[in-house]
Amino acid sequence: MTTAAPDARADVLGPDHRSLLRLATAGSVDDGKSTLIGRLLYDSKQTFIDQMEAIERTSRTRGEDDVNLAYLTDGLRSEREQGITIDVAYRYFSTPRRKFILADTPGHVQYTRNMVTGASTADATLLLVDARKGIVEQTRRHAYISSLLGIRHFVLCVNKMDLVDWDRATFDRIAEELTRFASRMGVTDVRTIPISAKLGDWVVEASDRMPWYEGPPLLELLETLEASEPPQHDAARFPVQYVIRPLRDEFHDYRGYAGTMASGVLRVGDRVAVMPSGAETTVSAIESYEAQLQAATPPMAVTIRLADDLDVRRGSMIVSAEHPPVAASMIDAHICWMSERAPLRERDRLVIKHATQTTRALVEEVTARLDVNSLEYDLTASQLSLNEIGRVRLRLMAPVSIDPYAESRETGAFILIDEATSATVGAGMITSGE
Amino acid sequence: MTTAATRPASLDTLSWLEAEAIHIIREVAAECERPCLLFSGGKDSIVLLRLAEKAFWPARIPFPVMHVDTGHNFPEAIEFRDRRAAELDVELIVASVQESIDQGRVVEEVGPRASRNRLQTVTLLDAIAEHNFDALFGGARRDEEKARAKERIFSFRDAFGQWDPSNQRPELWSLYNGRLNRGEHIRAFPLSNWTELDVWQYIKREDLEIPSIYFAHERQMFERDRMLFPASEFVPRLPGEDPFPARVRFRTVGDMTCTAGVRSEAETLEQVVAEIAATRITERGETRADDRFSEAAMEDRKREGYF
Repeated sequence: MTTAAPDARADVLGPDHRSLLRLATAGSVDDGKSTLIGRLLYDSKQTFIDQMEAIERTSRTRGEDDVNLAYLTDGLRSEREQGITIDVAYRYFSTPRRKFILADTPGHVQYTRNMVTGASTADATLLLVDARKGIVEQTRRHAYISSLLGIRHFVLCVNKMDLVDWDRATFDRIAEELTRFASRMGVTDVRTIPISAKLGDWVVEASDRMPWYEGPPLLELLETLEASEPPQHDAARFPVQYVIRPLRDEFHDYRGYAGTMASGVLRVGDRVAVMPSGAETTVSAIESYEAQLQAATPPMAVTIRLADDLDVRRGSMIVSAEHPPVAASMIDAHICWMSERAPLRERDRLVIKHATQTTRALVEEVTARLDVNSLEYDLTASQLSLNEIGRVRLRLMAPVSIDPYAESRETGAFILIDEATSATVGAGMITSGE
Repeated sequence: MTTAATRPASLDTLSWLEAEAIHIIREVAAECERPCLLFSGGKDSIVLLRLAEKAFWPARIPFPVMHVDTGHNFPEAIEFRDRRAAELDVELIVASVQESIDQGRVVEEVGPRASRNRLQTVTLLDAIAEHNFDALFGGARRDEEKARAKERIFSFRDAFGQWDPSNQRPELWSLYNGRLNRGEHIRAFPLSNWTELDVWQYIKREDLEIPSIYFAHERQMFERDRMLFPASEFVPRLPGEDPFPARVRFRTVGDMTCTAGVRSEAETLEQVVAEIAATRITERGETRADDRFSEAAMEDRKREGYF
């Protein structure tokens, strides 16, 4: 099942078609997220000799009894000093069955925005709960953020089972509560597993201290998790990133639109519209450095050429003429607010970046604020503070070609930027627009 | 419209990584006024340069490349650097640590363990200011080192060129924020999600030329701190550090004073890939003396503005 080498395939030179699973940890501070990642890497022999020597040295210097596996991901000086995770660490490992990118995220409320960063690119959430404490507010916040980000697979690890005498009733109670909570958010694929990250029970190896658990160990579960891709509709969307004009003799009249396929398929000869104007034309060529292609699908980075000379620039979107997105100048969205400087208030002006388009947004209305404990929205709210989640209505300076986030991450997501500091202050997920 | 997933399982890992990197390179070129690509002639920057070539083809790469030359580099890498820049018809800027020393901007370390590695930061930041660069592409990967594992793909640097690891900008989805105020810049890392093995497999797939020192060859080496260093005029040797011939290759290519070689018989790309696929030691752990000063050596250098 596991391997001692970074690439366990027999043919390390051939194309690698193993599926890739992107995972993000979630849960409250001290629930053992970093320790679990360390244990997963260590027991599956994915750590390198010098990394282990280094964390053994660090553990010894800091006077700890055992080798602290959390140091495998808590790499910053201040993280080691405080024994907490401040920012996401990315780890890469693979087994013969699958490749993994693990984002180990922080548990502190203060660092929620870093958790959102790690979770925004994940296919599945590895949610940890301390068996002694059960589900707490941060567990709910992270679970809700994960569901809002469109993650449809939760793996709940009830950790520190060694500290509750491997008690099955404790595990069952937490597993049932979380499963109920998740289903209210529309997440139906919830796997639950009792573990001790510190001692290794049910992480990579089976545990005879909890024989009542009948599922596979965590690693095997992750290797076989049927992670369906993020929700995506099948209408073609191609946000134009960059206009390529070589201005060289041999490519005198060349004009190509470089970008990354966001959804659907584009084929040579397809009838397309260029948003936001909606002007129609035909795809005359799809090119990459190597070849003339017949079709492009996500996430290919290609250059598209069109039959007619239209106004196409960065921020334009080449789309299926049959199923165009809405060119919206008013949008409703869920927001995670991440500014330490000021809350999000009605009448605020911000920069918005959606796909490859950047424009300005005016906060028309803060519609609601989430109470993470009850999962209820407070409709009387008029602002969102740091790390709060809410619903807002934004008026845009220029129309933006949108799809609901539930149908397409690429064309349903946006970020908000503070004009004064240029910092990213909000993550937005579009529900509708007009 | 259906909700069927359309992300094809058929796109293999290298193609996925390549597409992601090209997307990042184009975002930087579109959002920043004066980007520049750091090119050392090492394997990661060779891959990076190839990806930049692909990202804008058939146009030329729309930004210059820059090498911070310590004056203590492997001649093979320098020769390669000049040739590759000429082939691609891109502007090559060489920022010289020697000039920084001559101008009194930095003071050279002395003694047998002296290295210009750390001095490069000043030369680099001076060059950024001189050329008004607002974005620098680097070939750093998150699998290299624990501080790099934490870094954003668009990594913000303040007006002092410093990285503040405990206060990084959030980075959501593939929506990178390249907005800056005056004097600030972005370090962009398109290879963030690549592993060392991915880089080698890509070099093999693309049949990229790399400097000869990446393959096994005979060289005069000496031993220090359980590592094999190349005997050169730049590194004074301590008593007992007598050079001897050894068959080695270099896993990383940096300044000769802090880059160790590894014993190897790998003479072809296939053999190098096989060797990397089976290794149990990280590339920096095996070959970089500069990370051994303290447990947060890389973080400390990065805070100051290092690559």
